[in-house]
Amino acid sequence: MPVATASQTIGPYWHLIEHAEMADLTRFGPGEEMGERITVTGRITDGAGAPVSDAAVEIWQASPPPDDRFPGYGRCATDGEGRFRFVTLRPEPVPGLGNQTQAPHLSIVLLARGLMTALRTRLYFAGEALNETDPLLASIEDPAERATLVAQPAGPGTWTLDIRLQGEGETVFLEV
Amino acid sequence: MSDPVPFRPFVAGTQPPLDHAAYGSTHLRHPKRALRRLPQTVSETTGPHFAPALFPAIGDLTKQAAGAPLGERIIVGGRVTDEDGRPVPNTMIEVWQANAAGRYAHPRDTHDAPADPNFPGEGRVFTDADGHYRFVSIKPGAYPWRNHHNAWRPVHIHFSLFGSGFAQRLITQMYFPGDPLLALDPIYHGVADAGARDRLVSRFDLDLTEPEWALGYRFDIVLRGRGATPFEDGGHH
Ligand SMILES: [Fe+2]
Repeated sequence: MPVATASQTIGPYWHLIEHAEMADLTRFGPGEEMGERITVTGRITDGAGAPVSDAAVEIWQASPPPDDRFPGYGRCATDGEGRFRFVTLRPEPVPGLGNQTQAPHLSIVLLARGLMTALRTRLYFAGEALNETDPLLASIEDPAERATLVAQPAGPGTWTLDIRLQGEGETVFLEV
Repeated sequence: MSDPVPFRPFVAGTQPPLDHAAYGSTHLRHPKRALRRLPQTVSETTGPHFAPALFPAIGDLTKQAAGAPLGERIIVGGRVTDEDGRPVPNTMIEVWQANAAGRYAHPRDTHDAPADPNFPGEGRVFTDADGHYRFVSIKPGAYPWRNHHNAWRPVHIHFSLFGSGFAQRLITQMYFPGDPLLALDPIYHGVADAGARDRLVSRFDLDLTEPEWALGYRFDIVLRGRGATPFEDGGHH
């Protein structure tokens, strides 16, 4: 039986495959009917509160369903302040397991020097009624921990979520 | 609607930990809390859609500038399968690497080695229907890093794979056979299982080698398998 290949860090020089346009998931012109364009921003800091300025932030969303004009995937390099910024389509609710429904969310993968494997988390949207019954959010008892997954409005069509890799306010990271 | 078939957990010891004392950059970047187990849903079992026309292939890294890059020309190829041996077809592979002198075409790389204007160092290929891939490049050089005194990375090419579901996302590095730096590298040794480490090392392949032109190296990649292992299925093991 073959065994899955080991992960290795993306390192500090992954920008050789960076293309700034990949942070705009709408760049291939998805139809208006596919969904509302939104901007998602945030900032990544480490255990000392210092910006993580060499990370690759990736988002993936199963909704709206990807097609040739909407890859459902984007990648953004953090800047000197640890900031990232995506333009995408607002996701709809998607099925959970059994009869459950998941609140609209983005899957996030963080890759950077010092990360031996990908770090995974999710981004939900504040004010969304389904957040109350979302299986993942509902399973997190501590409201402060739950809040690390919920982006806040930051202007028209704009949402923001800071990510803390370690220490106080540490983001909830996921094993899938 | 039936639940999507999840990917299997990794085999113990075959993936590196997030907290790895010998690799200094992990110290402030690994979460202190245990990861939260998330049952896989459609968000984990399905993945990005890359239309090849919109993500054009870069299959020859030696032809991305006006002239030929310096260095030993190589052919890298292999097959991408899952843990059940099934090919992973039509999946995008991104690669990037240092030039033959061990320097990246990257503004933050300050290693005192010559830049090569003919080597941007980026590649992108898709697997065929049978999971095979191939690209042409030059053999990268080793380079120093400041992790510890006299630290040098073994010669490597970085790989990025997507697979068919986002839970299969893989970033890894391909190494070269016989490299004495492998024994000293904390990133390579972050993988506890010796067999799993060894599978990160490509094999010289005479069949992939082209006479009078370039040496071939084979690097097969395995992504997570779906569903229960045969052991669990059969219940007789
Ligand atoms: Fe590297």
